[in-house]
Amino acid sequence: MVTMQTINLLAEGKATYTDGGVFAEFAWIIVVLPFIAALGITFFGKSLPLKGAEIALGSVFFIFLYSCILFYLNISKGVASEFFVNVGSIGSFQIEFGWVVDGLSIMMYFVVGTVSLLVFIYAINYMEGEIRYTFFFTSLTLFAGSMLVLVSAPTLLQLLIGWELVGVCSYLLIGHYWEEKENSSAAMKAFITNKIADVGLMIGIIILALSTGTLRISEILYQATHDYEAITAVAYIAGILIFIGAMGKSAQFPLHVWLPDAMAGPTPVSALMHAATMVTAGVYLLGRLFPFYQGIAHEALDVVLIFGVITLFSAGLIAIVQDDLKKVLAYSTVSQLGYMVTAMGSGAYTAGLFHLWTHAFFKALLFLAAGSVIHAVHTNNMSEMGGLRKEMPKTFITFIIGTVALAGLPPLAGFFSKDEILASLNHEGHNLFFMIAVAGAFITAFYMTRAVLLTFYGEYRGHGHPHESDSMMTNPLVALAFLAVVAGWVNIPGIYTGFTNWVTTRKNGIIEYHPESFDYFALSSGLFAGIIGIGLAYYIYQIISRPEDGDSKIKFQPVWRVLENKYYLDDFYFKYIIDPVKLTLSKGIDRFNTEILDRVINSFGSAASYLGGIIYNKFDQGGIDKALNLTSSGTDALGGRVKLIQTGKTQQYLMYFLVGVIVISVLVLLVL
Amino acid sequence: MSVQPFLIAGAGLFSMGIYGILVRRNAVMVLLSIELILNAVNINFVVFNAMLSDTLLSGQIFSIFVITIAAAEVGIGLAIVLMLFRNRQTANINEFDLMKW
Amino acid sequence: MTSIGNMLSEGLGISLVVFLPLLGALIILFIPKTQDFLIKIVTLASATVTFLLSLVVAFQFDYSKAHTFQLGNKLTWIESINSNYEIGIDGISLPLLLLSTFISVLAIIYSFEHLPEPVNAKGMMSLILILETGMNGTFVALDLILFFVFFELVLLPMYFMIGIWGDRTKRSVAGFKNEVETRLYASIKFFVFTLFGSAFMLLGFLGLYFRGSKTFSIPELIELGSSGAFTGTFATLVFAVLFLGFAVKVPMWPLHTWLPDAHTAAPTVGSVLLAAILLKLGSYGFVRIALPILPEQAKAWAPAIAILSAIGIIYGSLACLAQTDLKRLIAFSSVGHMGFVMLGISSLTSIGINAAMIGMVAHGIITGLLFFISGSMAHTYHTRDMGRLGGNMKLLPKTGALLGFTAMASLGLPGLAGFWGEFMALLGAYNPLSGLNITVFRTSMVAGAIGTVLTAGYLLWMLQRVNLGEPDEEWVNQDLHDADNYELAAWIPLVILTVLIGIFPKIIFGSTNDAVINLVTKAFGG
Repeated sequence: MVTMQTINLLAEGKATYTDGGVFAEFAWIIVVLPFIAALGITFFGKSLPLKGAEIALGSVFFIFLYSCILFYLNISKGVASEFFVNVGSIGSFQIEFGWVVDGLSIMMYFVVGTVSLLVFIYAINYMEGEIRYTFFFTSLTLFAGSMLVLVSAPTLLQLLIGWELVGVCSYLLIGHYWEEKENSSAAMKAFITNKIADVGLMIGIIILALSTGTLRISEILYQATHDYEAITAVAYIAGILIFIGAMGKSAQFPLHVWLPDAMAGPTPVSALMHAATMVTAGVYLLGRLFPFYQGIAHEALDVVLIFGVITLFSAGLIAIVQDDLKKVLAYSTVSQLGYMVTAMGSGAYTAGLFHLWTHAFFKALLFLAAGSVIHAVHTNNMSEMGGLRKEMPKTFITFIIGTVALAGLPPLAGFFSKDEILASLNHEGHNLFFMIAVAGAFITAFYMTRAVLLTFYGEYRGHGHPHESDSMMTNPLVALAFLAVVAGWVNIPGIYTGFTNWVTTRKNGIIEYHPESFDYFALSSGLFAGIIGIGLAYYIYQIISRPEDGDSKIKFQPVWRVLENKYYLDDFYFKYIIDPVKLTLSKGIDRFNTEILDRVINSFGSAASYLGGIIYNKFDQGGIDKALNLTSSGTDALGGRVKLIQTGKTQQYLMYFLVGVIVISVLVLLVL
Repeated sequence: MSVQPFLIAGAGLFSMGIYGILVRRNAVMVLLSIELILNAVNINFVVFNAMLSDTLLSGQIFSIFVITIAAAEVGIGLAIVLMLFRNRQTANINEFDLMKW
Repeated sequence: MTSIGNMLSEGLGISLVVFLPLLGALIILFIPKTQDFLIKIVTLASATVTFLLSLVVAFQFDYSKAHTFQLGNKLTWIESINSNYEIGIDGISLPLLLLSTFISVLAIIYSFEHLPEPVNAKGMMSLILILETGMNGTFVALDLILFFVFFELVLLPMYFMIGIWGDRTKRSVAGFKNEVETRLYASIKFFVFTLFGSAFMLLGFLGLYFRGSKTFSIPELIELGSSGAFTGTFATLVFAVLFLGFAVKVPMWPLHTWLPDAHTAAPTVGSVLLAAILLKLGSYGFVRIALPILPEQAKAWAPAIAILSAIGIIYGSLACLAQTDLKRLIAFSSVGHMGFVMLGISSLTSIGINAAMIGMVAHGIITGLLFFISGSMAHTYHTRDMGRLGGNMKLLPKTGALLGFTAMASLGLPGLAGFWGEFMALLGAYNPLSGLNITVFRTSMVAGAIGTVLTAGYLLWMLQRVNLGEPDEEWVNQDLHDADNYELAAWIPLVILTVLIGIFPKIIFGSTNDAVINLVTKAFGG
């Protein structure tokens, strides 16, 4: 049943790859395991000492180990193979699931495995005593499995399945505290926004599948890079549609609105799904289909680039005005996803994935550190924090590391990946976009410094006495901080470019520009922007005012108001799309149904019964029956008259008789 | 010998009989009138038999039949009248209207 | 044993599948009304044996020849009009037959402890069994008259179920001066509406009989049809009346208005069977009769069907957004989902019709389950008003969890059964049979895709209103019963089936694919 496709690596000109052997062949285990674990937690979780968390942790730990093995194999030799399982044929289409074990997917396995493991450990403590603890781990484990379904997909169909499954897990987890309507609404918003984007993805997949006759990604990419006519004809439209899908999941403007609201979920969820893994699925998708975009859909890539740039800039600006610490990070995530998409759009495959890779670690770190803060002060609002650097030193230091990594200062991870994106923009000659991206780097540094100052500096403005979280929570922070420092060292131009090799180890070759050495113009612009951003924020919040004063110095109305209202995008959606559909249109349709359609049907009924009345009364009763009755009553009346001669008087009868005889006799005589 | 006087006598007898049937109220009288009619017929039978010189004497035989039937008829008729009289205390034929609608 | 096996494969098997329930109903007639338990046991036994027999049939079925009619028989029935007792199954009817026998068993298990008021086990159980005979018979009949008889047979039990055990509240109805009792209005509307359609359908059957070679045999008519025997105005009219008959049953927009009322009024088991099986009779009719016998006309009508389906999808979803009545919402969702089935059929491609087949089965399972759950909730809360519900997850955790799962399945979540029908229908509609108007179909496809968003919208909104949030005060101190064992026994198999078909659609496609390809090749040459 399982068919294995060992890639003819020599044909692709890279003889160093292997098929991954038994580890690749059994990679399905890590995809299936979380689902079994989730079932196990559902049925047995509540009776276990850690209420099911141990099953979740065990499965994730196994995933982590397995992904490490694959990762090692990929580093040492390079692995590229794919496996298919036929689950049905429909017409001439083969519906196949399977798993891909190649550089790109292994990178994702590793990210998912590592971040999941750390987040799971963190969550055991963070979620302690919270409602639906067991169910939380069920959903989280399900999410890990769904994410692996997505990244291991060798067919577009499986990708779509994983794609929507992670959406459901996201729905479940954002709405974890569903007693509050706000939270369940946020969950709904996330799901439906994604569903809207998924329509694009779905149609895109349909178009690709029908023009190529297959759902296998590698075959579609093969056709895309070998001048097949059918796929070339639809490349642009399919490319755009698939990107719409990516826009939803990876929160690109204008479909990013769900991600900030998704912060309603518990913080570990935000760290795992809404920073490190799930939201990068869109970037992964663009990466997976990159040969297609590069080969025949480069016009679509231009659109990708534009949306990426808009996103990175506009979301960054909103992050400046947020008071909610998690929302700062959420908009920051949107902005960083914009960077990744920008990279993809500019044709820099490796740079985009590299930023995905580094971002996964330092953003997960930031979220978990923020969670640690929130856990201690019981509020999300920075206006009620402050001065926490003394009480929570470990959290503070790791948060600083994450901030510096995000702001892009060397030698931390974000520096290398952001630099590579800038270098690529510069190389491709997108001068305007390059400048916007640099400005974005400035904004990033600014809002992150602001967040650090408002949270950890100044005087404590909240209630109670916050203290440092315990080691179950801080140890994952330390681990992630380590990764946030070193993750960038795997792709240093001119020194070590292992990452480039990892993610280009795949069946369909990637042809792109790889800088041989640093692009010093881009590097210095980015670095300069970052330093200016940090400095300016420090100047505003620490020198000319105190963190206690909040944003008083830079509250420029009405710009501030526009940003606080998120460019009025949500209002626009509600006023012009959601409310009209939900309130006006649906009510109209319903009224049409009951008032018009039903009325028509009912009036047929009434008309029929009215007509029946007429027919019954006028024709049946008044016509046919009347005639019948008249016949009988007429006979009756006639009889009444005629009977009068029956007097019973014998002599009278005789009289008639005689008269009759006489009459007859006379007649006979006359006639004869 | 001419038959005419006999026929006239028969016709007269017959007419009287009819008159009696139609007019008399007493049931006995009606029965008597019926006898008159039957005898008028008898006269005619006998006369025509003689006139036609029938060797088989059919007319005379028939008149005997008629006499017999008349006897029977009167017997039954009188019995009915008697019974009616007993029940109703009258022989007035107008009061016997059982056959009325 | 072999002789029994032979007998079963020579028509006895599916005949028993059809008539065993009827036999059960007859036996029940002779059991006194007071012997409740005995009645239930007999019902369950006959339905279970029927289901097991249908499994035997499924095992005897030769899947490598799924496109031929198998395991059937042909006996003389009404000689004077050359109508025969001709039965048989192919890959298209087999999944539906199994679905029908399976859901019937579950409906009976559910009814063990959950008979609607006025409680009358004898009446309810015998009606379910008679209904099953009608449903199973429709799926195996290969003679138009026989098909018609079974097709009509389902009406009566359902009419009585709605009319006797239905919702007794009064409501005002547009176009009527006085308020009417919901169950009476609904049952009459259901009956008259469907009868209206099927009367025309019979006319179409007669037309085929006289224009064809005086035969009612479906296989023979398919041969005639694919060789081009039926053309011109005559065929157009015949297709039109067949369309009317089947479209009412599906139901397609704008002939759907009986559905929300019937579902809302019907007792739980009634709406489950109605949604799960009865609606499929219409779409099955299209695939079994209308398309293969009148291929040219099907081509001519396909764009119209596609447009109506697309309208149905959007319309049904939007109407759902306006509902406050839980069961009515689910009923309207059926309009949308059956729109996908019909969209698949209208594409006239093997992909589209396969999509319709799996869509039918998935809709039967999922919407059946939704009606089970919502009916049970309506019974527990004594209201279906979503404005008053809320916090169901807190009050009835098991029911709530299952409702959440089923809603996810219903919105076409990949990995669950509902996905295949929707996705493949859109796939089919993107590239319809060559010669059909591509613009119409692609527009319909986009409309369908938008419909999936709206579907997600109303189902999630329903979940938010019913399942999530804090429970209303009026429920807090009430003694509400969560799903009991009978309910779980009826529901869990459907959940498992939903997941199984979702991850391994070969369960359905393995049976339907060859048959559908054969149908499409024969009728449309491609």
